[in-house]
Amino acid sequence: MTNSSESPHRKVDEKAGTAGLEEARLRQQAIGVKLRHMFDEVVNEPVPDEFLDILKRADNRSGEGGA
Amino acid sequence: MSASRLGAAPKPPSSDDNAFKTQLVALIPHLRAFARTLTGDPTAADDLAQDAMMKAWDARASYQMGTNMKAWTFMILRNQFYSEKRRSWRQSQLDQEAAERTLVAVDDPEAPVALDELRQALKTLPEEQREALILVGAGGFAYEEAAEICGCAVGTVKSRVSRARRALLATLERGGYARDGQAAGDAMRTILGEADRLSGARD
Repeated sequence: MTNSSESPHRKVDEKAGTAGLEEARLRQQAIGVKLRHMFDEVVNEPVPDEFLDILKRADNRSGEGGA
Repeated sequence: MSASRLGAAPKPPSSDDNAFKTQLVALIPHLRAFARTLTGDPTAADDLAQDAMMKAWDARASYQMGTNMKAWTFMILRNQFYSEKRRSWRQSQLDQEAAERTLVAVDDPEAPVALDELRQALKTLPEEQREALILVGAGGFAYEEAAEICGCAVGTVKSRVSRARRALLATLERGGYARDGQAAGDAMRTILGEADRLSGARD
């Protein structure tokens, strides 16, 4: 994480820059969490019966077809 | 290198069909979620997810068991979405219905505000950036898989995702989308707070 070869002065300069980067990273992370949450919310919804009914009908049809 | 995989004998169709169906059923929630992000409307999304599910079922003979079925079905759903969009029939009507439903949803005092901010901000992204970000950032796909789903190069997906992330952040910080009485920066603050809560206590 820390680079031991850098001078103390540079460290101070970088600290300011790093704080900004860190802040941006935190914000991106927060957006990422929300994005996944938004997606997972739908994933976790119960699947409407319609889906399974349609698939079942199709499966029965292909069973009768034989080929 | 090895030709041994080619030697695999085809199984009887019925047992293959059953295995395929089990996997397909397990993917329905994910197809619904992806469809929701593409259409932005729950009803249109379920129509799309059902169409994609049936397309996948009809094409099951061309699916290679053991390969990534999630990516395969997402590709089908995506193609379906864009081909329907090109036809764009009943689109204006759907938009109207979606607008009405959205208004109802926003009226719900229990609805988490930040999710809505994020949805609004997502809408401001170009389509190809939005889908890349959703696939990688929410769908759990690797860049390579997302590239396959979108039919583009891996580097293209990477740059779309990073542009999407930057644009989303800028939009949320600026509050640069139409929303009455919302002070700039509020959206991002809400999201930061919400994210803390979500990652603290996952339900």
